[in-house]
Formats: sequence, C-alpha cells, structure tokens
Amino acid sequence: MTESTYRIQGATGEWEVVIGLEVHAQVTSNAKLFSGAATTFGAEPNAQVSLVDAAMPGMLPVPNGECVRQAVRTGMALNAQINRYSRFDRKNYFYADLPQGYQISQLYHPIVGEGAIEISLDEKNPDAHTKTIGIERLHLEQDAGKLMHDQHPTMSYVDLNRCGVALMEIVSRPDMRSPAEAGAYLKKLRSILRYVGSCDGNMEEGSMRADVNVSVRKPGDEFGTRTETKNVNSVRYVMATIEHEASRQVDVIESGGTIVQETRLYDPDKNETRSMRSKEDAHDYRYFPDPDLLPLELDDTFLDACKASLPELPDAKRKRYESELGLSAYNAAVLTAEAETARWFEALLTESAKAQGKPEAEVAKAAANWLLSELYGALNRMAKTIDDSPVSPAAGAELLALVAGGTISGTIAKQVFEIMLETGEGAGAIVEARGLKQTSDTGAIDAAIAKVLADNADKVEQYRGGKEALFGFFVGQTMKAMQGKANPQMVNELLKKALG
Amino acid sequence: MTDLTDLGIADIRNGVRAGTFSAREVATAFNANVAAAKALNAFLIDTPEHALAAADAIDAKRAAGEDLPIMAGVPIGMKDLFCTVGVEARSASKILNGFKPTYESTVSQKLWDAGAGMLGKLNMDQFAMGSSNETSAFGNVISPWRRNDGGNAALAPGGSSGGSAAAVSARLCPGATGTDTGGSIRQPAAFTGISGIKPTYGRCSRWGVIAFASSLDQAGPMARDVRDCAIMLEAMSGFDPKDSTSLDLPVPHWEAGLSSNLTGKRVGIPKEYRLDGMDAEVAAVWDKGIEWLRDAGAEIVDVSLPHTRHALPAYYIIAPAEASSNLARYDGVRYGQRNLPDGAGLQDMYAATRAAGFGHEVKRRIMIGTYVLSAGFYDAYYTQAQKVRTLIARDFERVWDSCDLLLAPTAPSAAFALGQESDDPIAMYLNDVFAVPASLAGLPAMSVPGGLDSQGLPLGLQIIGKPLDEQGVLNAGLAIEERAGFTARPAQWW
Repeated sequence: MTESTYRIQGATGEWEVVIGLEVHAQVTSNAKLFSGAATTFGAEPNAQVSLVDAAMPGMLPVPNGECVRQAVRTGMALNAQINRYSRFDRKNYFYADLPQGYQISQLYHPIVGEGAIEISLDEKNPDAHTKTIGIERLHLEQDAGKLMHDQHPTMSYVDLNRCGVALMEIVSRPDMRSPAEAGAYLKKLRSILRYVGSCDGNMEEGSMRADVNVSVRKPGDEFGTRTETKNVNSVRYVMATIEHEASRQVDVIESGGTIVQETRLYDPDKNETRSMRSKEDAHDYRYFPDPDLLPLELDDTFLDACKASLPELPDAKRKRYESELGLSAYNAAVLTAEAETARWFEALLTESAKAQGKPEAEVAKAAANWLLSELYGALNRMAKTIDDSPVSPAAGAELLALVAGGTISGTIAKQVFEIMLETGEGAGAIVEARGLKQTSDTGAIDAAIAKVLADNADKVEQYRGGKEALFGFFVGQTMKAMQGKANPQMVNELLKKALG
Repeated sequence: MTDLTDLGIADIRNGVRAGTFSAREVATAFNANVAAAKALNAFLIDTPEHALAAADAIDAKRAAGEDLPIMAGVPIGMKDLFCTVGVEARSASKILNGFKPTYESTVSQKLWDAGAGMLGKLNMDQFAMGSSNETSAFGNVISPWRRNDGGNAALAPGGSSGGSAAAVSARLCPGATGTDTGGSIRQPAAFTGISGIKPTYGRCSRWGVIAFASSLDQAGPMARDVRDCAIMLEAMSGFDPKDSTSLDLPVPHWEAGLSSNLTGKRVGIPKEYRLDGMDAEVAAVWDKGIEWLRDAGAEIVDVSLPHTRHALPAYYIIAPAEASSNLARYDGVRYGQRNLPDGAGLQDMYAATRAAGFGHEVKRRIMIGTYVLSAGFYDAYYTQAQKVRTLIARDFERVWDSCDLLLAPTAPSAAFALGQESDDPIAMYLNDVFAVPASLAGLPAMSVPGGLDSQGLPLGLQIIGKPLDEQGVLNAGLAIEERAGFTARPAQWW
C-alpha cells in the first residue's frame, strides 16, 4: 500500500484529488434483464424490443436468471459480500428513452455489497506499488434506450434496442487519489469482468462506461464537494476528466468560488467538462420497491454453483505464473492482464510442453518471451488483437520446439515466423522447404572457420595477442558464412578450439 | 322453452354438454340481451362475433364427440382492463383510446381455452379507481337495480367492476371477469345481488391486465351463484411464468370440492368491523349470516383484528403510490391518445397528453402517489403504510389460530345513488373499509348476497379465508347462499 503523491499545484498550495467511480457494465447475456428480447450490439433500430421493453399495457418483468448469476459471479470475483436477499426498486422519471417511466434498479437492497480490488501502479514491478480500492456495492439495473437526433429535421427518434438490457452498476469507494489510480482501477475492473465473462468490457460499444466523481481538498482536510461527470467511455477520457475537473475545481475555489454538487458531461473534442444540471434541478426519483417483482433469494446450491464456475482470476494467475512457471513479475503481469492473452499463453504452454515432451515450467519462459516480443510485435504491426492472431498457439509451439530442439537458431526462428505470418504455413514445413535447418555438421563448420581465420589473419593475430573481444567477430563471420544455419553452440566450441 | 339467459354458468355448460341446446343458441341469446341493454352502459364494446365463434367451436367439438371443457359454451363479459387480441382495451380511460392489444391476457386466454367466448368489454371505473363507476371516461354504468320507493333514481352499480356486476345482474352475461384491488369485485357484487370472489393474491396471472396497483390487483370471477364462481375461478387460475408474483401451485377442483356442510369449521366474527353508527340493516344481515353459518355446522367465535382501522389509510397510500408509477407509461408516445400542441416539446406533449387523457380521480391518485413517494415524505407515508400492511397481515395470521374463516359485511351500505358521493372522495373511499384489509393481506375473499334492505336493494356478506383456502371461502358462501334463498332480481326497465 502506497500513499499517492499526485497533487495539483494551486496558487494557495497543493491540492489532493479524491475520486470515486460508478461503472456501468453491460451483463453478457443473450436476453435482457426482464424480458426475452435479444441484446446483440448493432442490430437495426427497434429490432430487439419486446412488449415488456416497450412498456405495453399489462406487461410484466420477469428476472433473467443468467443476469442474476453473472452479477453474483462478478461479486465473488470482487471479493464482495453476496446478499442472499436483494430486491428491485423503481426509479421514476419521464424521458423518451424510458418507456415504462421508471428504471428498475436496486437502491435499498443491492445483490452485492462491500468488496475490494487491488490495483498495481507499477507495471514493471506489480507487487511493489499496490493499493486496495474499496467497492461499496454492485447492483443490477436496466439500461435505457437511445435517442437519435440526426434522423429528422424537427423530431428525435428513439431506438429501444438497448432498453432493458442488464447493467451491473459497480460503485467504488472514494479511494482513488490520482488519474493514474483511477485508470488502473478501471483496467483492473475491466480485466476481472472479462475473466469472469460477465461483461465484454467493450467501452467503444458502450458496454462499459463510468460516472466519475471528483472532489479536491487540501491534504488532510475533510472531503470537498464532489461533481459527477456522467457516461465517460474510455480509460483515457476518465483520466482526462479527472485532470480537468480537478484543476477546474481548484481554480474555482482559489478564485473565491464554491463547488456545487452537480452532474457534468465530458466533451472529448474540447477536452473539458460542462455542467449538465445542478442538485437543485435533480430529479426526485421516488424510489420504491417494484411491486411486480418478488425479492431475490439466493440459496446455497445456487451460490455454490456460481463459485464453482469462477475461473482463476488475474491476481491468482499472475502469482502462479511467477511461482510455478518462474516467469518474471513483469511478464506474468502482462500475460495475465487480459483474459484472452492468458488463455492464448496457456494454450501455447500446453502445446509447447507436448511438442517438446517437457513439463510446462521448463518451456514457460521461452514461450512467454516469444509471445511478448515476437507475437505481440507482429500483432501490433498488423493492428490485430491476440484473438485475431493469424498464428495459432499450436503453430507457435511448433516453432518454439524447433528452436528448443536445436533445429533452428533464434535468428532463423524470426525469419520462419515472418514466413508463417505471410503464408500461414507451419514452421516445420517452412524450415524443411527452405532448407533453413541448422547444421551441426562439424566438417562444414570447421571448413567455414578455417576460411574465416585465413581471411582475417590480422585479427587472429590480435586475438591471440589478448584482444579477446574479437571472439564475437569470428562467431558472426562464421555464422554469416554458414548463412545463419550453423548451430551457434557448436560454432563457439569449434572456434575456441581453432583459435587455440 | 326456458330463457337461456336465465341460466348460469353451470347450467349452460351442462346443457351444452348434454345437447339440450347449442352453444350458438346461448351466445345468440346473450348477444341479444347485450344489444338491448344500452341504457345500462355496462358494455363499452360489444364483440358478438367473438362469442359466436367460440360457441361454434364448442358445437363443432361436441359434434366431433370430443370432451367439452369446464366453461364450454359459456359467453362472458370481459372487464375492459383485460387485454384481448384485436379488441380495444382502454381501462375505461381516454388515454388508451385506440389501443388494440396484439396479445391476449393469460386470464382471458385461459377462459377461451376453457370454452368460454366474449360478449364484449365491460365498463369500469377508470383504471379501476373508484367505487361507483363514475370515474369511467365513457359514462358511468347504471345499476339495473332500483329502490322500491317508486322513484327512478339511478343507482351506482359499485366499482370498479361495476360493468361486470351490472351485466351479470341484468342477465346480459352469466359470468364476467372482475379485478379486485381494494374491493372492486366484492363491493359491486354486493351492490347488485350477485357473487364474486377475489382469490389469494397470485392465483390469477396479472399478465395482460392493465395495472392499477400491482401488489394488490387480483382478477376473479363475478357470477350469479357460488358454484358458477367456483367453475369460473378454476378456469381463470393457474401459474404463469410471465408474472413473477404468480403462485406456482396446482389449481384445485373447487367445483368438485363444493360442500355447504361446515361441521368442524370455526368462523370468526371480527369485532373491529362492527363500526360505530353502522347501518342497522347491514348489521342485521350480518347477524343473519352468523346464524346461517352456525346452522351449517360452523362454530362461531368472536375475534379481534386490532389494526383494522389503519387499513384504509394504508391502502390509500400504497395503491396510489404504485399507481403513480404504473401509469407513467401512458405518455402518448407508443399507443393511445396523444396531445401534441403546436410547437410542443417532449415534456409539453407528456403534460398535454396526460392532462387530457386521465380523468380527475386518476389524476388525484397519481398526485397522492407521487407525493407519498417523494423525498422527505417517503418514510412518513410509504414506509409507514408498509409497516401497517405488515401488521394487518399479522392480525390475520394470528386470528387463524382461533378460526378458519371470517364473516363480515361486504360494504357499509347498499347501493347509493349516482352522484350522491362523487363530490366527497373520502366518503367514496369508505365504501372499501371492509374490503381493503383482505386485499392488503392478499387473502381470498368473497361476497355473496345476504338479502334485501328495506328499500329492496341487495346487501352482501363477505367471507374472508386463509391464504389458498378458496375452497373454504366458497363452501361458506354456498352455505349462506342455500340459507339466504336470495332469488331477487332487478325488474327489467332498460
């Protein structure tokens, strides 16, 4: 645990920023929270609207068990209290994107209570600089529809596809003290959600968005008045929102003003926050228990099944990669940050161990290094994610096995990988067809060495006279003469012998 | 030949099964009565073709030698707040003008599956808010009953299921659906000399029923006698996965279980229902009811439900609170009436639509509900009312230690004249004083005719039962029915 030193330098001294995040995460499920309508992103407007979503007279909500299950699993992954008794409440307000005239949410009895996640503030050394961020609660609620203002000159259109989709609102404690901490928290939360499979974490498609609560204070003072900036939809924007909002608040206070509790909007184009409505204009939502729904009561069987279905989570996985696979803390952290990467790595590991007939721990380091340098490099170049990797874990393992077995050198492996990416052929076939196999033929290597030494008699002289650094030069020349295919270890040995 | 419209549900079904008459003959006879009774304003929409189609389907089944279901060939009236495919459903409100559902409510579908057909949509208090039918946007129903004083004062049929009550009483249909939120089946049944039962909350699905107050709304049958209620309730009930508050229990065979022998049953007489200044004739009928049940073998015990007097105020907080939210969906956007003044924005359209679309009583309750849920008042009103509701329910739970059923009057008076109480909402709300406690506790409760008062108007007796004991309620109702010998019917003036 480390105290943040992030401060805003004002005219009257240093200011500390206090941040809390309310993250809305769309639950991964085929159907909406209270209706059977589909939830696919990008469907034609109003193609995924049931009678319940459109609030037709006499229609009733029925809870979707899958959404409840995902909320409970997420709560468990956040080390949170799971409430066996929870209830849905209505939040009443009129708006065109809300056909019922109320949103079904959970104010009084959320499904998940207090929890916590640990964030790491130093990627290189993830255990050195950590902080625990408290989770106040997680509750289930319905999303609203979407207004479209660009379809008609004088009217707005409404798309109800999103209306009724299940959201988890995950509310943090005001435990963050810098944009970096907020960014790390969001990334960690996103990572956990994706591991659990309860939310795809796709901020561009709106399946994860954050309301950012910011206040400032002189270090050690009581909390200041906070503002809430709504619906910020990327990690970068969240961090920018905090920076700008905190500076704005410091400016206001230092020029004699006071911060009003209000709702603000972040404008990414202008990189500023703007007031939406103040507390005085705030709706009176008239929350009350939804009389169409019974309380949710969860039994042991259900909770046990939820628990049993949880995958290994990123922190546990990272520690296991370090202790069991002997990976560096940095590599373990990078490999486990995203569920997809870890999944790919573990497939590569399994295939590598199989291909080389060795335990996973013995092939892990090479696999990790190759994935993080070669594969990541290639994916970055191609602007692809690991899920769209043109090379499969099995194909990668085949390549790594060729290196480990001495069939090709690391240098040749890079060439082979490039060809794999271009042609989709297997590493073995490429090496075979293109004659890239490394040679351990001592006769051929000796002949090459003899020629190199003869052509560089002066350098041989210097080497023998004590300039041992020249050894590398002879290795390079020999490898060049062998077109890179000589077994480097053997070149070393034979060269040493030849140079006496 | 007997007039087919004098027959009740059981007799019609049995006659159709036996081939004594055809279902089409029955439907035709009732269609004619409906068409001839416009003066009562009981039906908002006539659907004679629906009744005939259902009848023809039953006649075809019989011709094919198939077994006929429990309401075979019985045409019924449908309270306007049930959604039925293709027929306007407005809950007697202008705000739903033109709304024709594309879906069939679970209860109506069950009735069609049981062989019933629909004569039309029945008038009611707007959104089921009212006790006299005067809040309907389409004019009030007039009770077929008149006082025996020679005057022709138009009387209230009760509410909110006033159209259902008037139609059954006037022989426009042998049975009708009702819904009861705080007495809306029982009070109009009492006013018109028919029987009606509100089952345990959750017996009948609320899916496809235009909501008033979700935690209280419960559908039930209104018919001429107890047996007919048992048959129709059996047809209407059953688990519905589309309603989260629906009870996942098998439907008992209430008709088969009917028995007026109450030996071994203890009937409680709640002292709190004997109000100061109680109408003497109402008290007298209650006393007769006690004697009848004793005669049927029941043991009569005096009991206490100490929180009874808080029930009505609690009800008039909880029901409007839920209604204020349930009715938010009527915004002029997707269905029903829309008022769009020139240059109006979204909020203006909402305001104009709701101002023009809702009636006074509906607006009153939306405002009460909005108020009791608003910040700063929620705990004092809504939370407090929920506590009272819990206490009322506990009163009943405790009383079941000493009795199996309760007997009380259904309403504090016989039918009043239209207009007589419409200026005073509190006086109107008091009509439900005996009905509301069972609603708050979700208990089965029934009204059966107990007799006529000195003005020749029906008075009802209410039986309240334990949760899920509709059978006990029906049986006590049957015991009263057999002894009351209530055969009075309104003289036809319409």
